[in-house]
Amino acid sequence: MTQTKAVAPTAPASAPGFAIYVHWPFCLSKCPYCDFNSHVRDRVEQDRWRAALLTELDHYAAQTPGRTVTSIFFGGGTPSLMEPATVGAVIDRIGQRWSLDPAIEISLEANPTSVEAHKFQGFRGAGVNRVSLGIQALDDAALKFLGRQHSAGEALGAIELAARHFDRYSFDLIYARPGQTLKSWQAELDQALGLAADHLSVYQLTIEQGTQFATLHARGDFILPDDELAGELYELTQAHLSAAGMPSYEISNHARPGQASRHNLTYWRYGDYVGVGPGAHGRLTQDGRKWATRQAKAPETWLARVEADGHGTQETERVDPAARAEEMVMMGLRLAEGIPRRRFRDELGLEPEDLIDPVALGHLTEGGFVTLDADRLAATDAGRQRLNAVLAALLK
Amino acid sequence: MTDLSHIRNFSIVAHIDHGKSTLADRLIQHCGGLEAREMREQVLDSMDIERERGITIKAQTVRLTYKANDGQTYTLNLMDTPGHVDFAYEVSRSLAACEGSLLVVDASQGVEAQTLANVYQAMDAGHEIVPVLNKIDLPAAEPERIKRQIEDVIGLDASDAVEISAKTGLNIDKVLEALVARLPAPKGDAEAPLKALLVDSWYDAYLGVMILVRVRDGVLKSGMKIRMMNSNAMHTVERVGFFTPKAVLTGVLSPGEIGFITAGIKAVADTNVGDTITEERRPAAEPLPGFKPSVPVVFCGLFPVDANDYEHLRDSIAKLRLNDASFAAEAETSAALGFGFRVGCLGLLHLEIIQERLEREFNLDLITTAPSVVYHVYLNNGEMMQLHNPVDMPDPVKVERIEEPWIKATILVPDEYLGTILALCTERRGIQVDLTYAGNRAMLVYKLPLNEVVFDFYDRLKSVSRGYASFDYQIDHYEEGDLVVMNILVNHEPVDALGTIVHRSQADYRGRALVARLKDLIPPQLFQIAIQAALGGRVIARETVRAMRKDVLAKCYGGDISRKRKLLDKQKEGKKRMRQFGKVEIPQSAFLAALKMHDD
Ligand SMILES: Nc1nc2c(ncn2[C@@H]2O[C@H](COP(=O)(O)OP(=O)(O)OP(=O)(O)O)[C@@H](O)[C@H]2O)c(=O)[nH]1
Ligand SMILES: C[S@@+](CC[C@H](N)C(=O)[O-])C[C@H]1O[C@@H](n2cnc3c(N)ncnc32)[C@H](O)[C@@H]1O
Ligand code: SF4
Ligand SMILES: [Mg+2]
Repeated sequence: MTQTKAVAPTAPASAPGFAIYVHWPFCLSKCPYCDFNSHVRDRVEQDRWRAALLTELDHYAAQTPGRTVTSIFFGGGTPSLMEPATVGAVIDRIGQRWSLDPAIEISLEANPTSVEAHKFQGFRGAGVNRVSLGIQALDDAALKFLGRQHSAGEALGAIELAARHFDRYSFDLIYARPGQTLKSWQAELDQALGLAADHLSVYQLTIEQGTQFATLHARGDFILPDDELAGELYELTQAHLSAAGMPSYEISNHARPGQASRHNLTYWRYGDYVGVGPGAHGRLTQDGRKWATRQAKAPETWLARVEADGHGTQETERVDPAARAEEMVMMGLRLAEGIPRRRFRDELGLEPEDLIDPVALGHLTEGGFVTLDADRLAATDAGRQRLNAVLAALLK
Repeated sequence: MTDLSHIRNFSIVAHIDHGKSTLADRLIQHCGGLEAREMREQVLDSMDIERERGITIKAQTVRLTYKANDGQTYTLNLMDTPGHVDFAYEVSRSLAACEGSLLVVDASQGVEAQTLANVYQAMDAGHEIVPVLNKIDLPAAEPERIKRQIEDVIGLDASDAVEISAKTGLNIDKVLEALVARLPAPKGDAEAPLKALLVDSWYDAYLGVMILVRVRDGVLKSGMKIRMMNSNAMHTVERVGFFTPKAVLTGVLSPGEIGFITAGIKAVADTNVGDTITEERRPAAEPLPGFKPSVPVVFCGLFPVDANDYEHLRDSIAKLRLNDASFAAEAETSAALGFGFRVGCLGLLHLEIIQERLEREFNLDLITTAPSVVYHVYLNNGEMMQLHNPVDMPDPVKVERIEEPWIKATILVPDEYLGTILALCTERRGIQVDLTYAGNRAMLVYKLPLNEVVFDFYDRLKSVSRGYASFDYQIDHYEEGDLVVMNILVNHEPVDALGTIVHRSQADYRGRALVARLKDLIPPQLFQIAIQAALGGRVIARETVRAMRKDVLAKCYGGDISRKRKLLDKQKEGKKRMRQFGKVEIPQSAFLAALKMHDD
């Protein structure tokens, strides 16, 4: 980071913040479960891509004057394939176009192959202050099943390097894999706790349409834990990590108190965020209206558009008040903290009671799935575990 | 105007699938009614639903011109009729418009239950009958044996039955010659006051309400002022013509002829089938005998999935009634399902067709409740009420007795299945009336409660006989029964739309079956769900749907909230097909389960 503008006062800890997401759409290979906007290319012209990302940042900066950036997130794809200089240029440009919160969080998703791990120092120098590692599993057989490029040994090495260079790091695990038992998963969680700093993301394996796993699974090549076991694995995860001092602050995210990812909190608290890069999404409030932005998805299309038009925005869509309420509740109830009444007033000019069917709310509170008090609306542990059904009942 | 002696009017009657519509195809083709490129299989089955199911639902009339071997040209009016028992009313009306019938019998299957039912109807209508053995091309065809069977079972001389293949067209010319030679010409007086039978009516998107008529006496012309002798409605005739099967306008229909008219008719009430059409200026003295009204025997509720569709459903039912006079409908309200209609039909297939036509032709989404028969409930105060709907059952202390309808069923079945069929009939409270043999086929006559037939008898019959048993029935009489209302409770609240009336002896079996079926159909929800079947306050069967353990999107989608919202919207869309009962939602398929217990 070379220069930053004068800083605004730090927002209260519970404010949604204003975030910038930067998408890097390239990977060394495509993982069989993955439906993210990630592509394998022999060669990526880093200079062109860097220039295009900077151009698009300029475009959005012009639309969001006077905002103070509370977090930046490099996601993918595999942003650890970016050159540190590219990462640095992006961070610098953000500092030039917006003011930065002094406590700004700058995260980068990194894959744990040794090549990428050796760039950590460079990322640190470019201004990144937090990494999120795609560890996924801690044994070689599982990593092979998941089609990952790294071994369990490389994973451990990457975590060690991350710990050396960054005060804050996190890693991702995927569970409810074929053959996983409560016992084996508990052992894996114990091992993960020994390696973790203050944050862990633990995702249940999801079979996404159009992925290689979708085909293999449909063909019966592997069998996933049934709903009952998946439920038990989830409950085990919650209980075990809680007991270790890392309760879930969001359905799949665990942190020690105060160590939640600020960037992701912005999404869940339904704050504004700019999304740049192919397929990136954004939410921006202007004159009291909420807009959803989406960038062109295919990398080459996006690049060409930015070079031609100064931005690759595919769609800017008004989020109408009903959808806005739905989005805020849908995201907010994923958080243990729930949604403060103040947010309903600020965002929608309403009280939660104005949105929610009282009969359904009655059933859900009696059933112990939801609480609504003078302060906030929240889903209980049991409610978050069944959030789809809770939302469907609540938001009829 | 054709000379009466050169007209032949006939219906084609048979058991289901014995080849009536295919024979009609060949007759049309032979007489040049359609060109080759206009031809398709069972061309008269014009409704989508008929083509998909491969069955005829509505009778169709076609006029053919045939040059016979005697050198004369004849006008033939052919009426293709449905075979399934639920559409017997179509058959009876067609018979009333003709002097003769072609009785089609599949030469490999032989005489089946609806062969008997339909041929007896034709005999009652005073028809001359020409037996035709179809599907002679099949290796399994046994014309000699089937001829004997026709003689033994029906008592009809089959020595000069025509052996044909409607599929290949073999001997179609012989059928035509037999029609001309053996069927009587119609009678009628062109000079007498107009007397025409209203045989059928339907709604045509281009021409409006169309009426099919058979002229007895007088001449029906466009521009004529007519009166319906029973409903007293008056109209001016617009178009007059016949079908080849394409509509051809002639402006006039003479005695002995069958054809259609339009007369700017809007109301269903003005087109009662069986009515007599006469000329306003010079009316006939007496109407024709008309038809026995069709009496709906099976009732069920039809409710729109989307409550806003109620008005649309009402209008659609009115339109469909123009096409099918044999079903009845009255408004109904259900605590569970909201506003809808109680619809009365001639059988389960009829019910299914009505529902499907409403859904397809009028773009509706409907929920059907369990079908019920009509009970006669005698109250202590001497009154009798006709109960169409279990929810209307009066307080049991006010009820003196309940009578239920019984049917007389004829079942034809190969020997080897006789034992299981007898067991099935006994299980379903049947009483044997007769058992005779024709070759290796048994003909069983049973009295059975209609209630049991509506429940699952027909499906069971088909499955235990591997499809070889055929079945026909008529309503017979009413008889007292030990009948009780069986309620289905979801989390201890009765769901009115799932309530049924059952015989006490069958309650356990039905209660258990229904509750088990519902358990499989109600998806796990936030709350555990108790499903119970109860007679009064006594629970006779119970199942539990366990609460869901987990239901949440685990994966991170970054800032792609839109995608999450779409998933939620999709889920909400799916809930439209569910009905809320307290804390629980019941999918529409659960209501269907109450209907179909054995479709697996
Ligand atoms: N092999 C053979 N098959 C035939 C013949 N006639 C009809 N079929 C077949 O039998 C089936 C039933 O024929 P349809 O003409 O629809 O019978 P239907 O009597 O009109 O049936 P419903 O109207 O439903 O009572 C069809 O699959 C025909 O192709 C025939 O002469 N030979
Ligand atoms: C944006 S993704 C990929 C980040 C990075 N490229 C990597 O693979 O490590 C973030 C995380 O989502 C999780 N994830 C991706 N696809 C998943 C799936 N189908 N089921 C469960 N978790 C998934 C993985 O844990 C992954 O690390
Ligand atoms: S590395 Fe990450 S983004 Fe790339 S394909 Fe694998 S899971 Fe998807
Ligand atoms: Mg037919």
